[in-house]
This record gives sequence, structure tokens and C-alpha cells, in this order.
Amino acid sequence: MSTTVLLDRAATADPMLPYMATVRAIRPEAYGISTFSLEYDDASVPLGFAPGQFNMICLPGFGEVAISICSDPNSPKIMEHTIRYAGSVTRAIGRLRVGDSVGMRGPYGTPWPMQLAEGKDLMIVSGGIGLAPLRPVILEALHRRSSFGRVLVLYGGRTPQDLLYTDEFEKWQNGGIEMYVSVDRADETWKGQVGVIPMAFYRTRLDHRNTLVFSCGPEIMMRFVIYEAMARRIPKEAIYVSMERNMKCAIGFCGHCQLGPVFICKNGPIFRFSQVESFFGREEF
Amino acid sequence: MVGSATPRVSATVVLSKPALQRVLDNLGNSGFQLIGPTVRDGTLVLAGIGNISELPVGWALEQKPGSSRLLRINSTDYFGCTVGPHSWKRYLFPPQTDLLTAHRNGKGWVFEPSPDDAPPFAFIGVRSCDLHAIAIQDDVFVNGNIRDPHYAHRRERAFIMATNCNTAASTCFCTSMKTGPRVHSGFDLALTELPECFVIEIGSEAGSDVLAGVDWQPASAFDLGRVSQLIQRTERQIQRQLTTSDLPKLLYDTIDHPHWDVIAMRCLSCANCTLVCPTCFCSTVEDHSDLTGSDTKRTRVWDSCFILDFSHLHGGNSRPTIKSRFRQWMTHKLGAWIDQFGRSGCVGCGRCIAWCPMGIDITEELSTLRSLGAR
Amino acid sequence: MPANGKPRVAVFKLASCDGCQLQMLNLEDELLDLAGQMEICYFLEARSQVLDGPYDVALVEGSVTTEHDLERVRDIRRKSQTLVTLGACANTGGIQALRNMQDVDEYTRAIYANPAYIHALAQSTPIAAHVTVDFAINGCPISREQLLEVLTSLLIGRSPQLPAHSVCVECKRKGTVCVLVSKGIACLGPVTHAGCGAVCPGFGRGCFACYGPMESANADSLCQGLAARGVPRPEILRLLNGFTGWAEEFRSAAERLERATT
Repeated sequence: MSTTVLLDRAATADPMLPYMATVRAIRPEAYGISTFSLEYDDASVPLGFAPGQFNMICLPGFGEVAISICSDPNSPKIMEHTIRYAGSVTRAIGRLRVGDSVGMRGPYGTPWPMQLAEGKDLMIVSGGIGLAPLRPVILEALHRRSSFGRVLVLYGGRTPQDLLYTDEFEKWQNGGIEMYVSVDRADETWKGQVGVIPMAFYRTRLDHRNTLVFSCGPEIMMRFVIYEAMARRIPKEAIYVSMERNMKCAIGFCGHCQLGPVFICKNGPIFRFSQVESFFGREEF
Repeated sequence: MVGSATPRVSATVVLSKPALQRVLDNLGNSGFQLIGPTVRDGTLVLAGIGNISELPVGWALEQKPGSSRLLRINSTDYFGCTVGPHSWKRYLFPPQTDLLTAHRNGKGWVFEPSPDDAPPFAFIGVRSCDLHAIAIQDDVFVNGNIRDPHYAHRRERAFIMATNCNTAASTCFCTSMKTGPRVHSGFDLALTELPECFVIEIGSEAGSDVLAGVDWQPASAFDLGRVSQLIQRTERQIQRQLTTSDLPKLLYDTIDHPHWDVIAMRCLSCANCTLVCPTCFCSTVEDHSDLTGSDTKRTRVWDSCFILDFSHLHGGNSRPTIKSRFRQWMTHKLGAWIDQFGRSGCVGCGRCIAWCPMGIDITEELSTLRSLGAR
Repeated sequence: MPANGKPRVAVFKLASCDGCQLQMLNLEDELLDLAGQMEICYFLEARSQVLDGPYDVALVEGSVTTEHDLERVRDIRRKSQTLVTLGACANTGGIQALRNMQDVDEYTRAIYANPAYIHALAQSTPIAAHVTVDFAINGCPISREQLLEVLTSLLIGRSPQLPAHSVCVECKRKGTVCVLVSKGIACLGPVTHAGCGAVCPGFGRGCFACYGPMESANADSLCQGLAARGVPRPEILRLLNGFTGWAEEFRSAAERLERATT
């Protein structure tokens, strides 16, 4: 699916030219984080995205920013984006209301390898806002639950208030997804696990010959996830990570998102760990 | 055969030196804006020219690490100066490109691509290293899955008059990078300057067409021999070397090498090396709006991996030190580029060596890394 | 910015020459638009009418050189939502910070007929040494373009784009040939904050750092480089001790250079 979408976009005259999109809904997720549902105004814009891909969203005068699509790939007409108000552009997006407009272009980047996961156990490990690009994987797995073996979600946040999509967890669980949610620091409301997310590995049993790991979160978290997974004999070819770097164009021109031999925008953001192993977590690289 | 007809593609012809003016006139009359090396304010630049007398006749460029000086010499050569601080990317991938405008329209926006009103360019005197640099930028902007229409628009219309080098600077190392000094392909005309005439190879139909009405003669075997001798002489002048056989591995293996700290003591992170480099392609995108925010112009401007903002990410910077930024530049240029595009990002033009205010020499730093070995 | 009504803007001056404020008046094409978008409450250079605070934006020129300046800058900070400093004096102490390395009392006695009336602090200091600064516009004087960029950004509510890279980047983008490499002219461009549009090198002169040090400026290395090119050390020190000489990066580089000389 993703390849066709990319080729369609490539055919357009100016790949940096955004299309108009309208904010259809805004759902607050956590402090300073909301999910924006966006729909292209022009019905002729080709639709469709694969789990893990991202859009470039812009507000003229503020600039553009790369945001993962976090909604169900089976309903591509309205795409959801969970945005943390961190910089100039995202803060301005945070001031938008339903009915307001943004510019949008995409989707870009490599997807999570859903086909490879078919018939296998799928372990989704994420921290904080890193769950956003993995939510389409979960929603897709729910649609085709029988195509996969076990589907485990290991998800951690700093505090209970930092967790995303909590109102959906029950539905996911009822759909046959094993959820392990923990927080670094609990409060009186928290009934679940406490501890950093790689520790959740100690509460699961894995079939290392038949498991794929998808991970997205802070690089330090992913480093420990990879360590724990490999310690359980999961081969590095079966571990996939989503990387993040500063990005100005998303199409391989601006040069900002390079990590050694790869461009995060066009060779990623999803990488087989063995692809980026030599450069992963290297200080200041 | 002389004068009236135009030579066929891949033929080699001989022109008297003044006859080159007619070629330039033909190009100008065909709507090209001619860009060539010329002397302005005592320095060599690439700029609009119309007359062959504007070429740097009687000048030589003496280059060494951190220094590039124009010297008066007793010569009638039009193309005797090696490469200066400007490269052709100024014209194909300009320092600032208008991408689009956004105009507020009620609650929404109207996005419109910004037109590029640049005329077609004719590049006069493109050296082999720079021809390779253009091909390398083609890899980035037009040979991938997504084409950059701004670059493509200028590139497709450009006329290239290449020149074989009849002299080399101390900073040149094209022989190491296999990018020169002899021009092989990618030109409309390729010219070699002999003391009394130009020997010109026709590279394309367009190249052939601009010789209409010009007095030319087919080149003799003797002329071709003199051309080869001249280029061989230039080759022998090139002393600087860069060993490429262990790249990119050497650079990947030396990421944690303490020598990067030594370079960082000298490096100013001023970004000069990347901006004079004919292959560096990094850019940033800026929005400029009016006071009410209702009209915005989005532009793409030259950026550099030496600029701190380049690797800024919410919550921190992935390359906060000068060391990490220098390492990124050199590791990309000589190493990662090969993985990304199948060839080195360095063409051995020596600009980064000459135009570094501290005279940091990429060839020397690489050989130091190699001799100290992987850590 | 306030949700309703125009933002209230005030322009103040401490120890300075008025040149930065003048740049605001020099925004001839935009001045009327600006006046329409904001309420100018205090701008003695332009009008005598004075409206009391609080202000949404305070633009402050000049350095702190007297007790009175110090009281004023605290008062301005107290009254202002966003404080923007204008120029080399406000950001680094300015050319008047040259006296920071001398005995002020001695100067005062030598210059003024009645030194008893002079109440100067021992040092001329930047505003950020006393109160929090939200945005700093550099230069001597500031550039109109950067001032406009900051005002526009504040009006529409985004962070201003004030690139902190070197002046070299501006020279290269403009196509100005490096005066240091091509002519051996001493130039502080490689360690100086961009924003001026590389005016001096464009006229064949070296940069004297009126925009202050850039991000991660490696002034020590440049000093060594200039010395190696034969620029006399007193000349390098004179360059460093200029309009922004009291900026930490330049001050410490000058101190190290002096120590190395003696």
C-alpha cells in the first residue's frame, strides 16, 4: 500500500506544496498533547497510508512539522495525528479549533512491516508519545486479529497522566491484545505496574523464534528494549524501531535527518534494527 | 566544411581564441544567461559575463590551506584560474529558493507554487571536478524517487561548456577522487585551451548548434596529442592525495576516535567548508509572513550541518558539539555518501581546504585518522 | 499577545546612543502597518505621549551603567510580559563596557569637572545580567529586518527566527568572497552571530563582531589562526575588545590571548 501512495505523490508537480486540510476533531490526550483529526479539503487528493508513515503538517508563517499518522489505515479519509506542543509550529497547531485549516502533505516514510508479522507473535513496545505511530498497527491487528499470533503491547509513561489512548485500552484488550502498561512514577490513582517499560519483558513469555518486536519511544528506552529482546534471543532482524530526527522536507532533499548512511525520512522512519545498529545510540552521531 | 556547417556530435574541432566570442554571442542570442569565472573586487567569482575579455585573462589563483590569492601572471589564457569560492550550485541550487506562497482565504489558505523566473544558464568553463559535482547533486535532486522541480527546471535548461584543466592548484586532488582533471562526459562542449587556440569536443546537439557561423576546423591528431599532453602535465602537478580504498568503513570505525577532539579544537564551525562545497546540498525551510500573518512566503535556504540548529530536536540537540558536527560533515562527505548514492560526495576540488579560515585539510585529517587507526 | 485589542508596546532606552530605536523609525515601509497592529505606549524617541504599563512587549535598548538603570530595568521587567533587548549594548554591555577593565573613578575624575555628580556603576552590564530576557536582537545597530521579524513573530505568536550561526553563512549565501582567505584581512565573521547581512565583508572589510558571539563560538581557535597569519596580537585584542567585547566568549578569549602574550 505504501509504495503506491508514494509513487502517486512523486508524480505531483511540486512535492513541497501542501494541500489544504481541515481540523475535524481535537481530542486532548495528556498535558500539552492532543490528537487532531485532519481531512483533506480536496477530494481528489490520493488517500491511503500504511501504519508508521507520517505527514508533514504546516501552518503558514510558523512552518512545517513531521507528525506520525496514528489512526486506522482502513479509514484513511480522516487521519489522526497526536501532537505534543513542543515547538513553534506545534504550539500554533495547539491553538487551532475544529473547523480551522492546516496545510498537509504526505504520507511519507517506510511503514511497519505488517506482512512480515502475519502468522507471528507481535510485540509492540513503546514509551510516551511513541505509541502514536504504533496505534495504526494495533488497530490494523484488531481488524485482522486472526492473521497474527499473540499481540502484546508493552507501554510505559512517566506518570499515569502521560499515557495516551487510555480510554481505548479496554477495547484493545477485549479484541485480544495483551496489554502491559506501567508508569515510572505512580500516584494514588494508579493501580497498575510501576517501573520503566523494558522491565515489562520480565512479565512476559516470548517465543523468540516467532516474535517480531516493533518499538518506538525515546532512544534510551529503545536501547534497553533492544537489549532485553536480544537477551531473549530475538534476532536483531526481527526488531523494528522508529527513529526521529529534525526534518525540513521529508523527501530526502534537506539533509537534516541523516543518520550515517540513512535518511530517516526516506529510508525510515521505521528501520529493521540491523539496518541502523552501528549508528544506533552512538553519542552525538 | 569550415564555418558554414556545424560539427557533428562527438567531433573535435579547433577554434581560434577570438572565435570563442562568437560562440558566447550565439549562446546569448539563444536566450542563455552566460555565467563564467571573472574577477570582481580583486577576487575570482562566478558571475554573468558577455565578453571573453571578462574571463580572468592574465590571472592565476594561488591556493593553499586557508588561503586563496589572485596573482597577476604573464599569460593570455582565458581559463588559467582553478576553481574559486563559488561553484555552479549557486545557479542550480541557489542560496535561496522561493518554494511557495500561502495566502489566507477566510478560514483556510491558498497555497501557490512560486514561479522561477531565472533564464536558462550557460555555464562557461566548468571543470571536471565541478561536472562531477553537478552529477552528484543530480543524484540528490532529480535521480531519486522524488524530483525537485526547482532544481530540475534550472538543470534541464542549463548549457555546459566544460574545460579541461591546464593547471592545478596545491589544493586539488581530483586524481584521487577519479573526477578529473580530464572531462569525459556530461557537457555540451568541452574545451581545452592551448596557447594559440581552443580544441573543442562537441558533446551534444546543443553544443553543435552554438558553433553555427563560427570558424572552426576539424582537430588533427597532432592537436589531440597536444590536448592529452597538456592534461597529463596538469595531472602531474597534482600532489595532494586522498586514499579512498577503505571508505566508508574507516570513518564508521573511527566514530569514537579521539582525533575528532583534536580537530574540534581548531574547527570554528563557521560552515564555510559546506557552503563552498559544490556537492553539499543541505537546506532549511523558512516561512516569512507579513505583520498580520495573512501572507506567507516559504523559502528554502542553504543550511549546513555545522550550524547548531541543524540537528535541533525537541528536548535537545543530537549534535551539540563542534566535534560531532565536524565528524558528521566528514563522515558524510567521504563515507556515508557512498552508501547513500553509490559514490563519494567529494570531488577533490579542494575548496573546503582553501576556504577554511583555519586551513583544516580534509585529506590530511583523513590520513591522520587512518594512521592512528580505529579506536 | 492579548486575545482582544492590540498588543501594548513600549520602547525604553538605558545607556546607549538611540541608534537601535532609530532603526524602528527607519522601518519606513512597515511603520504605519506596525502602528496599526500595536498600541505604542511609550516611545520617547517618536512621541511624547506616555501610557503606563503593564506592557505586552518591552523593547529595551542600552546597557545598565547606573543604579538608576538597574532600577528601571527591574521596573520594565515587572511591567512587561515579553522583554526584547535591542542591540550590542543591551546584550553585551556595549562599547561602554570597555571601561569594565579600567578604574571608573579614575576616569570620572579625569573627565568631569564635578565628578561628585557622576554615579556610575563599576561596570557596564547587559540586561540579561539583571533580569530575564525573552528575545535578544543583536547588532550595532540592530537590523531592521530582524526587528521586523521579532515584531511579526510576537504579533502572530511564534518564535522569531534569529539564526545564531556565523556571519560566514551570510557571506556565502550572498556570494561575498571571504576577505580573510582571499585577502588576509582580519575578520571575526567565523565566530560572530549572523543577522547583519554581512555588511562589512561586502565592502571588503573584516567583521568586528558587533552582533556578538555566535552559538558555540570558538574564538580561541580563530585568535590562534589570526596570529598564525601574522595579525599582531594587539590588533587581535583590539578586535575582540570592541562593541561586544564584554560578551563572555570574547572576554575570556581576550584574557587567554593576553595571558599567552605576557
